[in-house]
Amino acid sequence: MHLIWIFFVYIIVTFVIGLYCILATTNLVRALIGIEVLMKAVTLLIIIAGYASGRTSLAQSLVITLIVAETVLIAVAMGIVLSIYKHTKSLDTKNLTDLKG
Amino acid sequence: MAVIDELILIMLAASALWTVMTRSLLRSAIGLALTSALLAMLMFRLNNPFAAVFELSVCAGLISALFFCIITITEPLTPEKVREEAGARFGRFRYLPVIVLIVGIVLRVLTVKIDVKLPALEEIADVRHFLWAHRQLDLIGQIIILLCGVFGIVILLKELRKKGG
Repeated sequence: MHLIWIFFVYIIVTFVIGLYCILATTNLVRALIGIEVLMKAVTLLIIIAGYASGRTSLAQSLVITLIVAETVLIAVAMGIVLSIYKHTKSLDTKNLTDLKG
Repeated sequence: MAVIDELILIMLAASALWTVMTRSLLRSAIGLALTSALLAMLMFRLNNPFAAVFELSVCAGLISALFFCIITITEPLTPEKVREEAGARFGRFRYLPVIVLIVGIVLRVLTVKIDVKLPALEEIADVRHFLWAHRQLDLIGQIIILLCGVFGIVILLKELRKKGG
């Protein structure tokens, strides 16, 4: 089996796991964990693309940028989650009904 | 591709699945750190040492610490409540292992030959030189993103302090 394809299989599997987590969960922290799992799949995809094309420097610089963006995203999202928790005393998305209707 | 690479890939997918499926949020955060560490191992093996170091220190370290903080700050559910919610959680996540198995088996059976043919580019071996000499816009973008994050957190904390006081 082609080498890149084997990596690709696991990238897609990890992506599916993260996507399912975001869609199925009602817990805000677990949704963030799902986003992180998705990010892992994307990071691996960039690394494999760099490895296959022989441009590891470019891939590494892109991954470093992605990690910075990921960290800021998680930090801000956690601030928002904390704010929601202080407001509703719950992490359940079912309780976020202020804008309903 | 060595057997160890495929072993790490299998462990990566398994730990991602465990991260999502496990009942406790704390275990989820530990699973996420494990997934990051396995990804860093793969990066080392694929000749990406700088990215691996970033992944290991920032994703497996800092982000996990952030998750532990938020899990500690927010009150965990009582054991009774966890038992009550376990049924609903199982109902929502029961299809995931089946979907993962089906997707994995179908993709492993299919063999698509990917030929990556890109225009020739002068390969610069040193990532530091590449980042500073060829990707300055990325660095400016990173600084802007970091500033946005810092201001976002400051505004959120100010709001929380106002509500608290």
